[in-house]
Amino acid sequence: MPLWLFIFLAVIAICGAFGVILQRNPVHCLLALALTLIDVGVLFVGLGAETLGFLQIIIYVGAIMVLFLFVIWLLNLQIEPAPNAHLALKFFGSIGAAALAAELSVFFFNAQPVSGVATIPGTYGSVESLARMLFSDYLVAFEVTSILLLAAVAGAIALARRMTGAALTRTPVEGEGVVRARESGS
Amino acid sequence: MAIDLLISAIKAIVVVLMVLNLSGLLLWFERKGSALIQDRIGANRAAIFGVGRRLGLPNVGLMNTLLADPIKLFTKEDFVPNGADRFLHSLAPFLALFPVLITFAVVPIGDVLEIGTRRINLEAANPGVSALYVMATLGIGVYGVALGGWASNNRWALLGGIRATAQMISYELTIGLAIIATVVAYGTLNLQQMCHLQGGVWFGWLPRWGILIQPVSFILLLTAGMAESKRVPFDLPEGESELIAGYFTEYSGGKQAVFMMTDFAEIVLVSVLVTTFFFGGWQVPWLYPNGFHFPGGAHLGLPNIVVAILGIIAFWLKTVFFCWIQILIRWTLPRFRYDQLMRLGWKGLVPLGLANLVVTAFVVVAVGAK
Repeated sequence: MPLWLFIFLAVIAICGAFGVILQRNPVHCLLALALTLIDVGVLFVGLGAETLGFLQIIIYVGAIMVLFLFVIWLLNLQIEPAPNAHLALKFFGSIGAAALAAELSVFFFNAQPVSGVATIPGTYGSVESLARMLFSDYLVAFEVTSILLLAAVAGAIALARRMTGAALTRTPVEGEGVVRARESGS
Repeated sequence: MAIDLLISAIKAIVVVLMVLNLSGLLLWFERKGSALIQDRIGANRAAIFGVGRRLGLPNVGLMNTLLADPIKLFTKEDFVPNGADRFLHSLAPFLALFPVLITFAVVPIGDVLEIGTRRINLEAANPGVSALYVMATLGIGVYGVALGGWASNNRWALLGGIRATAQMISYELTIGLAIIATVVAYGTLNLQQMCHLQGGVWFGWLPRWGILIQPVSFILLLTAGMAESKRVPFDLPEGESELIAGYFTEYSGGKQAVFMMTDFAEIVLVSVLVTTFFFGGWQVPWLYPNGFHFPGGAHLGLPNIVVAILGIIAFWLKTVFFCWIQILIRWTLPRFRYDQLMRLGWKGLVPLGLANLVVTAFVVVAVGAK
C-alpha cells in the first residue's frame, strides 16, 4: 500500500473515531463508528491481511453495528444532553484522560524507529494460516470463547422469554410514544 | 503502469455500466412482462413525436421506461420531510446502491483476453478471498434502507426500515451458509478459481457445473437472495397495503429512483452470484481455451478472442436468464405474512444451510480435499 493511501485511510479512521465521541445523536455516533471499522478493515486489506480485513467488515459492520442500530431504535435513545457537570465525574475523567495520554506519549517516544520494510511471510493473513491458528494453536481458547457465546445466546433467549409477559402488562412511561430521537430546534 | 491502470478503470466502468443498463432494462421487462403475465397491455403510450408509429414499429413501451420515466423522476421536487435528518435522508439511497455496485468488481465476467502479448483478466479486481468480499459488501447493504427509514421522520418509514433490516440480516445468514458450503466444496475462496474448477466435463458430456455438486446451496442462495432484494414475495419492508411504501415512503424524485435502481441491481447481483457459484460463470459447455471439444469427439479450434467473447456472452446470458426467473417468481407468488417470513428464514433455511454445510464438509473430508 502506498504511503499516501495509508495516510488518507488513517486520517479517515481518526476522523470517524472523533465523530463517535463528539456527535450528540446516537445514530450519527454509530455511523461514525461503522465508518471507522470499515476503514480499519480496508487498512487490513491494504496491508496484506485480506481475510482479516473482510472478516472485520462482515462481523463488525455487517452484524454487530446493525444490532447496535436496533438497540438504539428499540430503546428509544434520545439526543445526549450536554455532559453532566458533576464535579467528581469531571475530576476522575480528567485523571483517566491524563493517564491515558501519558501512557500513549511514553509508548510513542520509546517506540523503535522503523529501520526498513519488513518482509511478510507468504502465508501471512491467508485463510490457511488463520485457520491453523484458530483450530490448532489456540484451539482451547477458541472453544472456550464459543461456549461463552453459546451461554450468552441462551441467556438472551431466557431473558426475552421471561420479558414477554411483563412487557404486555406494564404501563407506558412518559415520552415512550416518541419513536425517533429528534433534534430540538431543527 | 499507466496502461494497467487504464485497463482496470475500463473494466470497472464497463462492468458497472452493464449492470446499470441491465437494471434499467429489467424495469422495462418487469412492466411489460408483468402485463403479459396478467393479460394487460402494459406500457405503450410514450413515443417521440410518434416517429416509431409512423415507421410502423410496434410501441413496446421502451420510451416510457427508459426515457420518459427517468426524466419525470429527476425533474420532480426533491422532498425532504419536516424534522427529517437532512444529511442522512440524502445519503441513504446512495448508501443502499453503492455496496451493491461495488460487489460486481470481483465477479469474473470472462476468462483471459489476450491482446498482443498482454493478458487481461476479465474481472475488475481480484482479491484472493473474493467470496469473503462478496459477503462483506452484502453485509453493509443493510445501512442504506435502515437509515432511509429512520431519517425520514415517519412512523411507516421507520417500521419499513426495521423490517428491512431484520429481514436482510436474517437472510444474509442463509446466503453466508450457502456460500460457505460452496467454498468448502470447491476448496477455494476465489470466484475466478471457482469458475475455472467448473470447466471440463463428467462422463464425457456433462458440464462440471456447481449446481450438480451443491444443489441445496443453489436453492438457498436464490431464495435468500430474492429476500435480500426485498421484492414480492419478500416485500414486507415495502408492503404497500400496510406501510404505504415502507422505508422509502418519504422519498421522491431522483432519490426514490436510486432506491428503485438498488432493487433491480440486487436482482442482477443475485443472478450474477448464482451464475458464478453454480452455473459455471463464463464457462460455455464443451468450450476450452483452444476451442470446442464436443462429446462425440469433434473438435472446433477457435482463437482466444472468440473464446473470450463467447465466455462473456455466456455469462451475461445466464445472468439474464436468472433475472428473468426472479421476475417471473415476483409476479407469480403472493406475499408472505411476517411470521411466515421469519419462520422460513430462521427455522427453514438456516437449519437447512447448516445441515448442507455439515454434509458437504463430511463428504469433502471423506473424498479427500481437492
